[in-house]
Amino acid sequence: MTLPSLKTMRDAIISSVAAKMLKDSSIYFLTADLGAPSLDQLRHDFPDRFMNVGIAEQNLINVGTGLALEGCRVFVLGIAPFVSMRCFEQIRNNLALLSQLRPVNITMLSVGAGFSYEVSGPTHHALEDLALMRTLPNLELFSPSDWVMAGAFVPYSLSQPTPKYCRLDGKPLPRIYPDSHAFDFHKGFEVLQTGDRVGLISTGSLTHGVLELCQNTPGWRDRVGLIDLFMFQPMDETALQNQLLNYSHIITIEEGFTGKGGLDGLVNRLVVQSRQKITVDAFGVPARYLFEAGSRAYLRQACGFGPDDIRRTVEQYLR
Amino acid sequence: MTVCESKRDQEDDRTLLRNFLEQKACWVRRETLHIHQIAPATRIASSLSPVEIFTVLYYGHLLHFDPAIPYSADRDRLIISKGHGSVSLYPILADVGYFDKQELKRAGTVESFLGGIPDPMVPGFETVNGSLGHGLGVGCGMAVALRHTKNPASGLVLMGDGELYEGSVWEALLLAPEHKLDNLLLIVDYNKIAMLDYCAKIIRLEPLGNKFKSFGWDCEEVDGHDVEALHTVMQKLIKRRNGQPKVLIAHTVKGKGVPLLEKDSLCHLRTMSGAEVQAAVEALA
Repeated sequence: MTLPSLKTMRDAIISSVAAKMLKDSSIYFLTADLGAPSLDQLRHDFPDRFMNVGIAEQNLINVGTGLALEGCRVFVLGIAPFVSMRCFEQIRNNLALLSQLRPVNITMLSVGAGFSYEVSGPTHHALEDLALMRTLPNLELFSPSDWVMAGAFVPYSLSQPTPKYCRLDGKPLPRIYPDSHAFDFHKGFEVLQTGDRVGLISTGSLTHGVLELCQNTPGWRDRVGLIDLFMFQPMDETALQNQLLNYSHIITIEEGFTGKGGLDGLVNRLVVQSRQKITVDAFGVPARYLFEAGSRAYLRQACGFGPDDIRRTVEQYLR
Repeated sequence: MTVCESKRDQEDDRTLLRNFLEQKACWVRRETLHIHQIAPATRIASSLSPVEIFTVLYYGHLLHFDPAIPYSADRDRLIISKGHGSVSLYPILADVGYFDKQELKRAGTVESFLGGIPDPMVPGFETVNGSLGHGLGVGCGMAVALRHTKNPASGLVLMGDGELYEGSVWEALLLAPEHKLDNLLLIVDYNKIAMLDYCAKIIRLEPLGNKFKSFGWDCEEVDGHDVEALHTVMQKLIKRRNGQPKVLIAHTVKGKGVPLLEKDSLCHLRTMSGAEVQAAVEALA
């Protein structure tokens, strides 16, 4: 039931934040010199609560922390590899660590998940951030699959006095969910298709392609399930584990390094804890950087997680 | 009252204040040494250089604070960015009422919240500290929020000179003048020594004042152990709101008050023996 209407997650969130800023003077928006069409309007409408700190991600987090300690609710925007890695220690100390003692309501909008900036090359690919952010206690980790979900996160985020990392895709994408969809951010996942044999679990923009496979491949209905995981922490691990137990084979799909503690790390732990005989295959980026200036589809295929790779593996388990 | 009498009264007041602050600073130094004796892992040399700065801020009626409401809205926000070098603030916080003085005798033990590097577990501390290069940016954010809510409180950040090597400090040094954060006062505890050597031998910081001024900061320098001079300049700087962030370079001596530390370029890492602490305390008295 994929409906058209392309939009970026970033614009959906910024528009939603701007609407909230109209009524709530405690909301601040900071950017490390990253822009967006929707941001042009926001900075025009709220010049006193918008700050461009320059290309300075460490200061982005530090200044945001100071504002949040004063009770402001802060959104900070930057490019994914820099927001997650240039200032990792600022995130650790001033957000994860400090928020255990004092409320720190900061939402990091980290734009450029996985290969979003495909032709920019490996410095701009964000393949480590899921695993890195999962190492931090007290930090909420959100990885939406479409812009409807991204926009719906804003009211939830404002209500949570904790730091959050939002891993946002950089490309305009169609919607998966209708406007009225009630996302459960405490549960953290949606079951998009049920099955009895192979369970696919994906996150972020990859869910679009995997959903298409599930809906259009003959013989998959009722046999292949699909879980769209959007909250990595905190989330209802028991509920997710119960879903995983429906399958004898699980396949994780993420646009990030495999075997490093990302989506596959989370799923593997839940499967091991269940003590059930369930196999887990991890699709994603093997442990090497990609210097090829190819399209996103090319890069995914080069890493072995193109649609054909996933289809072949599923079919093997259905035989 | 004649003009002469009025002047003499003012001089008497200043003398009284100076004597009071000097006595307090001496007590703080002694207590800090006692804490080091109980908790030898504390950074004693680095904690001795800002003793007069802390003393004047808390006992000189320069800071607004309320130990009964540690996060009261009208308090001045003091961020101790050089967290490892602020064990000397523990006796002061206890003395002014943030916590029981008995706590000082448990410092560094599992029963106490007084560790080697303070965090908001210690009543009176605003942020997690000690990892260098964070405090000034956080202070900038606080100053922006205070101004936005028309809160007259100040943001103050104490930083070490070795901390100036952190790149993130310079990100904040650029930002504060741009946003005219004149409710922000940066105090540099300029004790001239980092961990392994004199700053002048590692990477020169001089001309430090000119660096700040060229960035758009309102810069003053002071002898960081002269309580009267510190009181005068900090009182002036905290009040001053002229569209520029303010920085006070406080020239200090690392290990101040303990000769064996004062003359050691490696004093940062030095742990004093019990006998050395005793001798130092007696020499102070």
